[in-house]
Amino acid sequence: MSHSSQVAHHFEDIEQQNESLVLGMWLFLATEVMFFGGLFTAYVVYRTTYSEVFHEASRTLDFTLGTVNTLILLVSSLTMAMGVYAAKTGRRNLLPLMLVATIILGLAFLGVKAVEYSQKFEHHLVPGAGFVWPGGNPPHAQLFFVLYFIMTGMHAFHMVIGIVMMAMLLVMAMLGKFGPERYMGVEMAGLYWHFVDIVWVFLFPLLYLIDRS
Amino acid sequence: MSSGPHVVPIRVLFSVFAALIVLLAATVAAAFVNWGAFNPLIAMTIATIKALLIVLFFMEVRYSSRLTMVMVGGGFVWLAILMIITMSDYVSRHLVGVGQPW
Repeated sequence: MSHSSQVAHHFEDIEQQNESLVLGMWLFLATEVMFFGGLFTAYVVYRTTYSEVFHEASRTLDFTLGTVNTLILLVSSLTMAMGVYAAKTGRRNLLPLMLVATIILGLAFLGVKAVEYSQKFEHHLVPGAGFVWPGGNPPHAQLFFVLYFIMTGMHAFHMVIGIVMMAMLLVMAMLGKFGPERYMGVEMAGLYWHFVDIVWVFLFPLLYLIDRS
Repeated sequence: MSSGPHVVPIRVLFSVFAALIVLLAATVAAAFVNWGAFNPLIAMTIATIKALLIVLFFMEVRYSSRLTMVMVGGGFVWLAILMIITMSDYVSRHLVGVGQPW
């Protein structure tokens, strides 16, 4: 495959095309920063206003499962980065392996999340008519769990999209579509995957580690 | 030109990963010690360092063009504007005798 066949007609050369892809992806990620940013801002407002009950509510989250999930996501970011490395250096066997590892780690994360959600249902900590809060200030404790479910729920939704993208890349990788000449698909999906990881890097201390002392 | 794609060396990827794991251990350990008002500050500082490591090395922004760096920074500047203006309202409400509306 020649170099020039990769370049769309409205680009001067492959460098300009790749630069545009990276720039466009980051523009999309900037909108994602603002999307999660609104939720984070709501969280900061309510936590500063009702800090006492937020401390109590945070302690009901399973800190071990949260730590395990953070570990899983950090490892998945490493396998993703190694996938991009494999695509760029033409290691055609390593790339599918890394994509499979990333998919498995992503599914493991969602599995742990499902266990946590079911625990919340069992303990009547899901906002709504069935919400039971033994401590003081139940309406504002409920606020914490509203934020918990919306923020982790939107994050999990992004994980699902990421896993679907990884599965598509895996099929393409097994068909031998990627190599040093053509790797931007893997790199763009990688940017998305790492971004979702960063969101969790902030969610974990904000939701699970408010007050453990 | 045409020297092929820029590749982040595998040794850099593993070093960054090792640093991320150390920082995860640090943030968990710090949460179990009572530093009062400094707890959230420490947690957010560590999270920001982790995010920076991921953005710079895993997302390869360190090796990207200035224009890309401006785009990356822009997203977080807008977030800062949102946070600062919103919080300047909420933390100053009691000063002018306006209660919390909820």
